Amino acid sequence: MVLECKHVWEHISGYLDGNLDAAVLEEVQKHLEHCEICSAILDSTRNILILTADERVFELPLGFSERLHARLEAEMQGFSYGAAAAGDEGDT
Amino acid sequence: MNASIENRNEAQMIASILAGNTHEFHTLIQPYERSVYSMALSMLQNEADAEDAAQEAFLKAFRNLDKFRGEAKFSTWLISITLNEARSRLRHKKTAKTDSLDELTEGGHVSPALLRDWREIPSEALERQEVRLLLQDAITDLPVIYREVFVLRDMEYLSVNQSAEALGISVAAAKVRLHRARLMLQKRLAPELKRVMPKRRWLPWF
Repeated sequence: MVLECKHVWEHISGYLDGNLDAAVLEEVQKHLEHCEICSAILDSTRNILILTADERVFELPLGFSERLHARLEAEMQGFSYGAAAAGDEGDT
Repeated sequence: MNASIENRNEAQMIASILAGNTHEFHTLIQPYERSVYSMALSMLQNEADAEDAAQEAFLKAFRNLDKFRGEAKFSTWLISITLNEARSRLRHKKTAKTDSLDELTEGGHVSPALLRDWREIPSEALERQEVRLLLQDAITDLPVIYREVFVLRDMEYLSVNQSAEALGISVAAAKVRLHRARLMLQKRLAPELKRVMPKRRWLPWF
């Protein structure tokens, strides 16, 4: 079995996650060794994942933490779990 | 979210909070503030809405902590609450793109961008606001079903299984959505990033 480029693209995600079947992995690797386009696609996809995982992409707004904890603090005043259970359906 | 050593103590911390030491909740959630916010922002595409939704998610987690059974990881449970909160707001705003689940059954490919000469994306590129905005726009423009799984798996490092659990979908569906999300981002971002960083080979920002 020789994989064409478009078939390799279908396995890029599995390749990056390391969950391809051994036989498929071997074919994909063979293809990547000689196909500059597919290996560039793989590299750019991997690098985009590295970039988007960087915490700087979605930075917390200034003061976010302070506002959150102040709101929680207000919520905590007089709160008890027994009382909450009576009137809160929850999100679980 | 990081599977840090601190997670080891989460169960003890939760027990203590439920026993009345509610202030420990501040410590419990600290590692997850950015994750919850980024999830909310990627869903709601607006900083003010995202902050409000993130705050509400944390408040709901606090109020309902006694319903957390510890069968899921706390982080997964927290993300589920955040997703519910964000989805609920999207429904109310009716601004969400309509994503057809039929897309998942289409046999068609998402074709990647065919670039030969652009492989490296140094993380230092993120020091450029322009690049961060490109990434944010590309992520928030993904259809919701792809955006959700991408953020969980590739930004928050949940496993595929945990992502599927948080989303309430099968592992197979999560894999399909993740793959499509990644290729959609590659197709869009690789040419855009090449445009804004045309001399990347010479790493001019070093």
